[in-house]
Amino acid sequence: MADTTRPDTDPLAWIRSRSRWPVFAILLWLAALLPFWLFPTYLLLAREIAIAALFAISVDLILGYAGIVTLGHAMFFGLGAYTAGLLSARLGWGEPISGLLLAGALAGLVGFVVSFLIVRVQHLALIMVTLGLGLLTYELANALTWLTGGTDGLRGVSTWPIFNQFRFDLYGYTAYSYSLAVLFLGFLISRRIVNSSFGLALRGIRENVRRMPAIGSDHRWHLQKIYAISAAMAGVAGALLAQTTNTVALEVLSFQRSADVVVMLILGGTGRLYGAIIGAAIFLVARDQLAGINPQYWYLGIGLLLMVVVLFLPKGVLGGLSRLTGRPD
Amino acid sequence: MEEAVLQTQGLFKRFGSLEVARDISISLPRGARHALIGPNGAGKTTLINLITGQLKPDRGQILLAGEDVTGLGTAARVRRGLTRTFQINTLFPDLTPLEAVTLAIGERDGLAGRFWKGLASHAQAVEEAYGLLQQLLLAQVATRPTRTLAYGQQRLLEIALALATRPKVLLLDEPAAGVPKDESALLFSVVAGLPPDISVLFIEHDMNIVFSFATRIIVLVAGGVLMEAEPAVVRNDPRVREVYLGSARHG
Amino acid sequence: MIGNIVIVLFDGFAFGMLLFVLSVGLSVTLGLMNFINLAHGAFGMLGGYTTVLLMRRFDLPFMLTLPAAFLAAALVSVAFERTLFRRLYRAGELNQVLFTIGLVFVAAAAATYFFGTGQQPIVLPAWLRGSVELFGLRFGTYRIFLIVVSLAITALLFFTLERTRFGARIRAAVDNQRVAQGLGLNVEWIFAITFALGSGLAGLGGALAIEIVGLDPSFGFHFLVYVLIVVSVGGLGSIPGSFAGAALLGIGDVAGKYFMPQIGSFLIYLLLVAILLVRPLGLFGKR
Repeated sequence: MADTTRPDTDPLAWIRSRSRWPVFAILLWLAALLPFWLFPTYLLLAREIAIAALFAISVDLILGYAGIVTLGHAMFFGLGAYTAGLLSARLGWGEPISGLLLAGALAGLVGFVVSFLIVRVQHLALIMVTLGLGLLTYELANALTWLTGGTDGLRGVSTWPIFNQFRFDLYGYTAYSYSLAVLFLGFLISRRIVNSSFGLALRGIRENVRRMPAIGSDHRWHLQKIYAISAAMAGVAGALLAQTTNTVALEVLSFQRSADVVVMLILGGTGRLYGAIIGAAIFLVARDQLAGINPQYWYLGIGLLLMVVVLFLPKGVLGGLSRLTGRPD
Repeated sequence: MEEAVLQTQGLFKRFGSLEVARDISISLPRGARHALIGPNGAGKTTLINLITGQLKPDRGQILLAGEDVTGLGTAARVRRGLTRTFQINTLFPDLTPLEAVTLAIGERDGLAGRFWKGLASHAQAVEEAYGLLQQLLLAQVATRPTRTLAYGQQRLLEIALALATRPKVLLLDEPAAGVPKDESALLFSVVAGLPPDISVLFIEHDMNIVFSFATRIIVLVAGGVLMEAEPAVVRNDPRVREVYLGSARHG
Repeated sequence: MIGNIVIVLFDGFAFGMLLFVLSVGLSVTLGLMNFINLAHGAFGMLGGYTTVLLMRRFDLPFMLTLPAAFLAAALVSVAFERTLFRRLYRAGELNQVLFTIGLVFVAAAAATYFFGTGQQPIVLPAWLRGSVELFGLRFGTYRIFLIVVSLAITALLFFTLERTRFGARIRAAVDNQRVAQGLGLNVEWIFAITFALGSGLAGLGGALAIEIVGLDPSFGFHFLVYVLIVVSVGGLGSIPGSFAGAALLGIGDVAGKYFMPQIGSFLIYLLLVAILLVRPLGLFGKR
């Protein structure tokens, strides 16, 4: 009694429809260009958002798609930042693009090594291992003052013009264009990954890790790959920060940064890539406005927002929006 | 005598003082339709866990088509054709059946590691997944999230995921568990329609189903094999009656 | 040199005992309810501020504020548990982590609003101040007091869990919630009481901590990491585990800061990761 009638869903068409560019996405990227003309005084904030968004996307890859809860991803962000910074400050090589690539490669390599540890633990132990690794990297950098500059930060970072053409100007036009371009590229790559069969496997791991070996999956190897990719991307984001601000401070490795990025993700919604961008924007704009008035308002505001989002919008702002508009997840 | 596709030799496992598997030796020929029955706590699911590698035996061996797989992990055994379904649905709640089965096929064909090509470019895998879903009458719900499916449909998806791995040996752990009477007939027609060269071992409590589908029955009691014979022999054996058939009144 | 080591061990053990009181509640509730309550440290902060308030405003003697700190934290935490936390029991680790972190943020903001950002010094009663001389070494009186109180609490906890019916109920519920429910145990009630007791202990710990580490609105954050380390290294739901983990961390922290100030913390975190990799459930963890 098998169903031999003409199927009312074309499976390939449905799969393709899942990876279309939604309309709002186009609007989002166009909106990202607004600061150039409408808010030039906010170019610095916009650059911060772009870098944070790239970092958040890197965390979304492992948290939103593979289900690895991490409270220590700043370790790779900071690693990338120090790599790019040291390349310029100690070795005198300030070429930005190659600096980015090297930072990403190094962070990715460390991420790959760490991934062997990550796949051995779950639940609270996993959270604590990521936390512990992040904290110990911070302490290490703090102790190696001769290398990192310690609490004073790295001095002498100077980034050359991009392609030898575009000098970094005081207003931040170059910095933002550079950051936005790298963000867009990172986004495209991530999009490719999550829409591939590898991305499907990651979601399978997130949905039910127990079933994965039962369908013949080497799921630990998948996790290691995405962890390394995510680390590389976080490293690139860190390098961006170092190159566009010409400083590297210890806080790039801090628990604060690791926690902030997770908060951004939950605000915007995990497992959607766009959630990372929107979450970063909401978080940083709110912080800019609220902390400017009074730092305590920021703590109160973000605390309440977190509690409200978790209780009522567990899929973040994007999840809430898609429920409103009736779009399927 | 044809070589057995699946063979266990002297499987033994204990947890502390509790022996959950005592010297179990069974063999499945090609095309087998064997049932594994026994009272609750007899160790039926434990045996499946041992065979699939989720549990490591203290002693004994497992041979798949003559190859010793005792030291291999679960995923490796699946890739060699040894698959199981779970008694409690172990599915991917947020994935659609189409995605879930495509994933299983992707893992089988080694596509799941490719992160550069879009999912839609693996047309063959997607088509095969859809075809499988059609066979199991799940085509209508193929693009809805798994958690929205009715329980009976989820049980069918359990089997679909297993079939997607192109198993040589299929272990079904109470496939009709919790499925209402009218739907379980459908489920078992699917089981009956399985390719004849797959060897099937299924755990089942419903005696009507067991006697309809099984060509051979293994009776497990307290971790050990009480007997293994044709249904008619088992049905009439007084020991079996006493231990199991007399007390259990299912279906 | 030996004298230094002994003092460091003593100070470290005292700090460890403080950490034990602060953490044991979280370990038990994590093992019991699987609910990651990162606001545990905030309840500790509440206990601390209760003590400060009672001593400053109402001139209550220090010792009398301790049970008040315990009660305040217990009551407030149970209110949160009954209204908000229980909604998140099935919400997954990440959501629990983020919700309770949000609560810590709010608590920190509230503490700043009511008490300001500065440290809150208190004046201990005379008999707790100063030090005692033993074998030529000076041991701080307050630290001796800490150790005695913590050991008493440990004994009380042990007795309650192992010898009373209520303790047996908690152990049953930790072991297997469904079966316990099936046996007629009112698991929700057990959760609430255990949660209150655990948070109450945190409040007590917060009050006791003022003299050792000070109290300011960031207390909830600072001690979060310590508490998490104790709980994950010790093992969820294990009192001996929390004891061992806290003692290890306390001694390690003080010794590290004394003998190797540059890399002391680094070694602690390295040890944390190493232990968890070898024993992901903690030194005394089951499951």
